Amino acid sequence: MLLEVKDLNVRFATHDGEVKAVNGIDLDVARGETLGIVGESGSGKSQLAFAIMGLLARNGTTTGSVRFDGQEILNAPARTLSKLRADRIAMVFQDPMTSLNPYMRVSDQMAEVLMLHKGMGKAQAVAESVRMLDAVRIPDARGRVRLHPHEFSGGMRQRVMIAMALLCRPDLLIADEPTTALDVTVQAQIMQLLDELQTEFGMAMILITHDLGVVAGSCERVMVMYGGRTMERAPVDPLFAAPSHPYTQGLLAAIPRVDQKGARLSAIPGSPPNMTRPPAGCPFVPRCPYAMDICQDVMPPLVELEPARRRACHAAVERVWAGPPALVETPEPAAAEMQERMAGDLPGNLPDAAVAGAGSAGVTPEGGR
Amino acid sequence: MTDPLTNGTSAPLLDVRDLRVTFDIRRDGDMPWTPSRHLRAVNGVDFTIHPGETLGIVGESGCGKSTLARALIGLVPATGRAIWQDGTDLLSLNPRQMLRYRSDIQMVFQDPLASLNPRMTVGQIIAEPLTTHRKGLSRDEVKLRVKQMMDRVGLLPNQINRYPHEFSGGQCQRIGIARALIVEPKLIICDEPVSALDVSIQAQVINLLDDLQRDLGLALIFIAHDLSVVKHISDRVMVLYLGKIMELETADEVYANPQHPYTQALLSAVPVPDPARERAKRIIPLEGDLPSPLAPPSGCVFRTRCPRAQALCAEKVPVLTGGHGEHAHRFACHFPGPLTAAEIEARRGVAA
Repeated sequence: MLLEVKDLNVRFATHDGEVKAVNGIDLDVARGETLGIVGESGSGKSQLAFAIMGLLARNGTTTGSVRFDGQEILNAPARTLSKLRADRIAMVFQDPMTSLNPYMRVSDQMAEVLMLHKGMGKAQAVAESVRMLDAVRIPDARGRVRLHPHEFSGGMRQRVMIAMALLCRPDLLIADEPTTALDVTVQAQIMQLLDELQTEFGMAMILITHDLGVVAGSCERVMVMYGGRTMERAPVDPLFAAPSHPYTQGLLAAIPRVDQKGARLSAIPGSPPNMTRPPAGCPFVPRCPYAMDICQDVMPPLVELEPARRRACHAAVERVWAGPPALVETPEPAAAEMQERMAGDLPGNLPDAAVAGAGSAGVTPEGGR
Repeated sequence: MTDPLTNGTSAPLLDVRDLRVTFDIRRDGDMPWTPSRHLRAVNGVDFTIHPGETLGIVGESGCGKSTLARALIGLVPATGRAIWQDGTDLLSLNPRQMLRYRSDIQMVFQDPLASLNPRMTVGQIIAEPLTTHRKGLSRDEVKLRVKQMMDRVGLLPNQINRYPHEFSGGQCQRIGIARALIVEPKLIICDEPVSALDVSIQAQVINLLDDLQRDLGLALIFIAHDLSVVKHISDRVMVLYLGKIMELETADEVYANPQHPYTQALLSAVPVPDPARERAKRIIPLEGDLPSPLAPPSGCVFRTRCPRAQALCAEKVPVLTGGHGEHAHRFACHFPGPLTAAEIEARRGVAA
């Protein structure tokens, strides 16, 4: 295994108490494969990536184990991490404008990576950067390498980000919502590009997104996160064909589709949990149509359903596959939402405050698209 | 949603003819006598909307869809005509005259939190259009109506004294919808109302809009970049590109049988949550980005990225044609029709 994460927990100390952003996540990524991580805003998917990279905000702490190519890298000293980052694990962020340095020419910021990690001279590093910009299909790379980031369009900037991440030919690329800020046509180009580059360089990829459509197109395995926990982990085909967790099922049913004639959307009532006071049991229980008494108190373990497929749910899989019990058309979704919030007795949007000061690690309040 | 065909006979609620919005752009360092350059954000758009109908507007960012919406309610100056049901041209009114119509046309904005005043309570926010447009109402009556409206959009009436920051994004969007509905408008313009929301919350808000429209007989102009959402909610769909209409048709027809190459390219790029379909699908690559609206291509604005562009496309601007009557399938293209596999492959070779 290239990357093995065991029982990873991420906590943030905030004025409103401790935010439990990631809770006991296990995952592994083999060489050359693509793992999709899907979740809504506040599900902890980005913080999971930041924890792996050692990029958490200063008020964040992690426990557990992250082994990269056999080496323990969680809470490793900065010197060890700096050698790995960009060289063997690289990351592409959501917003290319805020993750590129606006004061530096693209040539300078790209060459810096190679000079630092590969000990190249400036001229050689720039030449290599141009080659990589060519590889991500930036027209006239030689002429454009001397431009500043603001002189590129959104899609082109994301290509520059990807080129920069690939400079050292990393073994693992973590892409955090790489296409969320882009138009569909550009999104299609970027996803296709990532796909081709991955085959070409033989690297593994973790693709973090909220868009199940993107996952369906480019991942082999998917992990669904909610409230900082894994709800379901499965190969992509069975997950979409027969989601075994109520949350995955609800998420798939809530998406309007271009390829189908839509009746009324089945929305998931309520809103995501407040992670300063996560429910004792399953985080999805207030919104779950299959909820039982035990769900309130005990977090279901992630158990094997089929080979390579795991789910964390107390309800029998047959029950979930039979479809949700005829809902008493949840009268006021907002009411349930509010009760939950009153119980928390805190204003909403907390996970926000939790990552304030996280710099580029900060996530946008809602949806973050 | 009502059947658009039965509406074809009734008078349109709003009849827009040759709507144009032009911004004058002056660069830094331009001399005072340098003529300003013109950015044509919306460049001659015609459409009608009938009572109770939903018109979806889609396009890439920068295609002028938000400007179009803002022009209709007078937030940006526009030329052309926009004839309201009673025969008045909304674009020719001065602000004082426009006030009468403002309560008939309301807007719901993209960013739910940014469009609510953080220093006002929810009650004040929702009541404001009412105290502006219905001056005769007593305080008690206003409060009662606000509470009824909060209940209607799924907010608890006892939250009336809370501030926007105490609500989640989905709830803020409900507040925005309540504010728009309180004056009983005939037309609501929704500018990307769900694009800032999570998938599960997005479905709640779409269902709410659907219900409200059915119960109150509202007409909706629904702007979004998400083609699946637009398909779900719209009766008819308008595809915009660089301020011009590329295709205008009933939602089912646009998605099942797109004629314009741009519409086909847009649709092919939408990711579908179905692995088998995703692997099998053939994306029509669009080379590069949207051209600058300061210097749009001659002839057909889409020709620089079109897989089927020919010499004629550079010379002649295609007009929106195809069929007769209110609801005929209309598109602006010299060479319409589905792209063949050969054309797509040829384009791939170029793009790669």
